[in-house]
Amino acid sequence: MLETKANFSRPDETYALLIKSHEGLTEAESHAMNARLILILMNHIGDHATIAEALALARNTVEKHP
Amino acid sequence: MKNLVTERYPIAFRLYPYAKSPDQDADTPIRHKVIVAGAGPIGLATALDLGRRGIPVLLLDDTEGVGLGSRAICFAKRTLEICDRLGAGEAMVEKGVQWNVGKVFHDDRLLYEFNLLPEGGHGFPAFINLQQPWFERFLHDALVKAQAAGAPIEVRGRNRVDAVCRRDDHVELEVMTPDGPYNLEADWLVACDGARSPIRSMLGLGFDGRVFEDNFLIADVKMNADFPTERWFWFEPHFKSGDSALLHKQPDDIWRIDFQLGWNIDRAKELEPDNIRARVSAMLGPDVEYELDWCSIYTFQCRRMEKFRHGPVIFAGDSAHQVSPFGARGANSGVQDADNLAWKLALVVQGVAPDSLLDSYDLERVYGADENIANSTRATDFITPKSPISKLFRNSVLSLAEKLPFARTLVNSGRLSLPCTYDGSPLNGPDDKDLPVLARPGSPCPDAPVDGGWLLKRLGGEFTLLAIDAEIPETFSAHGIALKTLWLSADENRPLAERYLGKAATAVYLIRPDQHVAARWQAFDAAATAEALARALAKE
Repeated sequence: MLETKANFSRPDETYALLIKSHEGLTEAESHAMNARLILILMNHIGDHATIAEALALARNTVEKHP
Repeated sequence: MKNLVTERYPIAFRLYPYAKSPDQDADTPIRHKVIVAGAGPIGLATALDLGRRGIPVLLLDDTEGVGLGSRAICFAKRTLEICDRLGAGEAMVEKGVQWNVGKVFHDDRLLYEFNLLPEGGHGFPAFINLQQPWFERFLHDALVKAQAAGAPIEVRGRNRVDAVCRRDDHVELEVMTPDGPYNLEADWLVACDGARSPIRSMLGLGFDGRVFEDNFLIADVKMNADFPTERWFWFEPHFKSGDSALLHKQPDDIWRIDFQLGWNIDRAKELEPDNIRARVSAMLGPDVEYELDWCSIYTFQCRRMEKFRHGPVIFAGDSAHQVSPFGARGANSGVQDADNLAWKLALVVQGVAPDSLLDSYDLERVYGADENIANSTRATDFITPKSPISKLFRNSVLSLAEKLPFARTLVNSGRLSLPCTYDGSPLNGPDDKDLPVLARPGSPCPDAPVDGGWLLKRLGGEFTLLAIDAEIPETFSAHGIALKTLWLSADENRPLAERYLGKAATAVYLIRPDQHVAARWQAFDAAATAEALARALAKE
């Protein structure tokens, strides 16, 4: 079951860290880093159903509406 | 006048030279019980299995033996277990090469190596590498032995099926030979005539799926050099050979190299020996001496027929389904087709089971084909990413895999063929949830050491009632079948206890002739056993 309620312990710091960790990278490098980050986090979650829920949720927010 | 039968390819072993049959001079077409068309691995296994069950079978092939070229080279444990039941498994293992160490490269970097460390307590290894001609030859040796022991199998070389007409309860065939054409009839026709199946075309049946635009160059090279017995797989190899390359050891100092070439290639140019040598030398390094033994270019598709059974015509192996080469699922799944079909067809021919039992062949093996197609398509999409983002993720997995073992579980250069579990099959009877999940109804029986031998050898190929520390009668018959009974103790036999008892103290398994579990309980119950047997015979 995907956690969709607020779950960050230190939201502002965590977000700042995400942005800072991309500093100095080209766009292509940032994409490569994001891909690796997603794989690392997916492995941490592990459960297929939870990952499927997260992917669907993310996809729905970028899906173009007709 | 049609052409007389020409050999389509060079022969490795001439096993069944043409000889004129009295059928060719008959005034009216001779009717056979079962005709199997195509003496490749699947046709041989099907004919052998049927013949050993006492069913008269005529095997037709348009050549006189086994074709040259390594082709299918990786044979999985379940295939070896099935071939062992047919009398050919041990010769295959003796000749075959076993390996446990694999290496994965990206470009020119070794990412990691792995050791498969096979699970103990099985009679056969997880897989062997063996050239297809030897695989077929060992099946044919077993067939000749079975014939000598009275199995009613006849093989006719240079007999090419040129026309097929499907009737309600039989099939009419026109067969071409060096002496001209003749006609035959069969109650049943099993089409094992390969991916381009002429019989499928003659019946106007479709073959739908996904075509992958890719070519593979196979080079078999002979090297006496001290090269390790390991499987090496390259993603985006530095020697610029398309998306992947694979190096595999075969018997007789032969190494199999598969180069993925991509789509727009000049086949004739790629097959020139100098061009092949340039690739091979780039891969092996400048100082390694080798000879080219056999080379070929092939393409593949992932597709299957909608149905494998069309009345009295049944398709098995590549004629029914085709997969990518990643994971060695072509010949291995075809042998499982033969394993699934032979006992069912035998019981239908003998009148013990209703015709509808054959519909379960269709259902179970379509399920198996879909599983194989899904697996091999995933491997193909990993090896040859179809979009920029797919490639980014793939290369990210490879980059992480160098340092982080978790990412290695995502690296997919082909998932080795595992036997299919027929979950949800209408033939499956009751289950008991305290018994181990890996031996649930629909599963192939896991092997285990038993009294200095092996469980699967003891099971053989009949309906069997297997008791583990449970009481069963010495004999049990129902629905025209006398069950074979086998009583074993799991005392001091951990593999048997783990694989068949789990949390329970006792167990009774009803096992199908293809060694798949039909039903299981913790204790014997005559009525329940008879009911499960009826179900496994499609009599319900």
